[in-house]
Amino acid sequence: MAITVSSDPTVRGLARSRAAAARTLLFLARRPVLAVGSGVLLVFIGVALLSPWLAGDPGTINPLRRLKPPSAAQWFGTDHVGRSVFDRTLWGARISLGVGFAVAIATTVIGVLVGIVAGYFRLADTVIMRAMDAVMAIPAILLAIALVALVGSSPLVIVTAISVPEIPRMARMVRASVLVLREQAYVEAAITCGGRLHTILLRHILPGAAGPILVQATYVFASAMILEAILSFLGAGTPPNVPSWGNMMAEGRQYLQMAPWILGFPALGLALVVLAVNLLGDVLRDMLDPSLASTGAGRAR
Amino acid sequence: MIAYILGRLLAAIPVLSAVAVFVFLLLSLVPGDPAVVIAGDLATPEQVEAIRRSLALDRPLAERFVTWLGRMLTGDFGNSLFSGIAVSELIVQRIEPTLVLALMTIVIAVAVAVPLGLVSAYRPTGIVARLTMAGAVLGFSLPVFVVAFGLVYVFALGLGWFPVQNYVPLSQGVGGTLHSLTLPAVAVSFLYIALIARVTRAAVLEVLREDHVRTAHAKGLAARRILARHVLRNAAVPVITIIGIGFAALLGGVVVTETVFSIPGLGRLTADSILRRDYPVVQALILLFSTVYVVVNLAVDVAYVLVDPRIRY
Repeated sequence: MAITVSSDPTVRGLARSRAAAARTLLFLARRPVLAVGSGVLLVFIGVALLSPWLAGDPGTINPLRRLKPPSAAQWFGTDHVGRSVFDRTLWGARISLGVGFAVAIATTVIGVLVGIVAGYFRLADTVIMRAMDAVMAIPAILLAIALVALVGSSPLVIVTAISVPEIPRMARMVRASVLVLREQAYVEAAITCGGRLHTILLRHILPGAAGPILVQATYVFASAMILEAILSFLGAGTPPNVPSWGNMMAEGRQYLQMAPWILGFPALGLALVVLAVNLLGDVLRDMLDPSLASTGAGRAR
Repeated sequence: MIAYILGRLLAAIPVLSAVAVFVFLLLSLVPGDPAVVIAGDLATPEQVEAIRRSLALDRPLAERFVTWLGRMLTGDFGNSLFSGIAVSELIVQRIEPTLVLALMTIVIAVAVAVPLGLVSAYRPTGIVARLTMAGAVLGFSLPVFVVAFGLVYVFALGLGWFPVQNYVPLSQGVGGTLHSLTLPAVAVSFLYIALIARVTRAAVLEVLREDHVRTAHAKGLAARRILARHVLRNAAVPVITIIGIGFAALLGGVVVTETVFSIPGLGRLTADSILRRDYPVVQALILLFSTVYVVVNLAVDVAYVLVDPRIRY
């Protein structure tokens, strides 16, 4: 194939972006897990963002079509009051992914702050890490349902309740990285040169810990979606009038024998999206630090 | 050794105290008047007043904490706001299924995960290794109640091998108990198996590279004997550690699974009490679960010495 170099800047730009696209495709083709994982996640993000247009009203009750199995008209069947499981599953994606993103961001921001303070300032370390140990000693699910049940369920409370048990693991990991990084020669040099504290922390230490933080954030994302579903399933999460995968499964459990699709489709959605995020996290970890590959470090829930 | 155990016991005190403060403060997170919120919408003013008195909400916070902590330490956990039964009695009534379920889960998880991890490290490119590693990601990704419903659908509703729910107490025969808890235990063990199998594989891979393993091969020992005596024991410390850390996941899984299978255990009691805002029961149970977790991990630290003579305290 002959390559003609055009002097037209738009054509050159196009060729360059084509080349970039080709490189990306090749990169993905060599990493099927990354391709599948990000593909599935992107589909779910698309569904979550577009559900108002893709799906009908999830609350429409129609007693004439109760407990109908999946068909051409109702792809996922209907539930015990005749609502479309398809519409509800699509709407449920908004809650799951929304909570997952919000918790991942909140946990990362707070966990990184706490971890840096604990790792860099020896005095604060003992107190902070004992408090983190205490939070970790309470099973995450218990802590989250207790918080939601006591404070009352609202999106903000749910996100907070799931973030609180996730923060210690992020903080511990950041602290461990900071402890190593602060002994590095370049950090000591920056301190000796009289670098200001926030410059040292933000410019010299934080970038060194960025890789593990990103990987941990994907695990938090996955685990937050599971916790949200458990909360809603137990009746301490998303209120019943808002369709979420957890409360759909709670409603569907009585009909498991007659109408397994009510519980099955939200369960499948949850399993698929969590699996995709976990796979992405593993790929990311292996690419950033091959020595950690497949040890499952940082995964206990 | 004894000094070490005592030291570790002392180190557990600040953690458990922090848990206690945390659990105690949960009530002050309740917006508005906790007594009104706990009593619910249908309560009479007298009931609200009774709850306020029983929780001593009219006293200052510090005083309440000291009284509460003192009662907790002497084993007086108060009475359930819902049933009026003493919390300690409720716990005794409900502890059996949870203990059996937790033990079954650990046995299943270790019995499945350690051999899988061992084989996937010994034959890293073999079919077992590939399936184990893929299965481990699945184990991390499938929420415990999704696994539970999948098992119920196939093995209880479909094949009819196990009951859909309910628990057979030990007094009616051990066989019945084990049978009624098989599906729940398998469901809870999923995540645990994934954790343990991954760590076992990583730890065994590490040990396999060491000189003494090559020596054992060179002097002609059978692979089975090398793995059991020379490799597994050396790889035991990280494996035992993850069993301890994963115990929190097990306790959380128990709460969800007992609800799915209607098992009258502590997990179910916790979930119900939280939803009923039965505050004394919730406080006692969270403290109990956290204490168990801390004690299990203390036991893990002590177990290092037993499995690995190189560790001396």
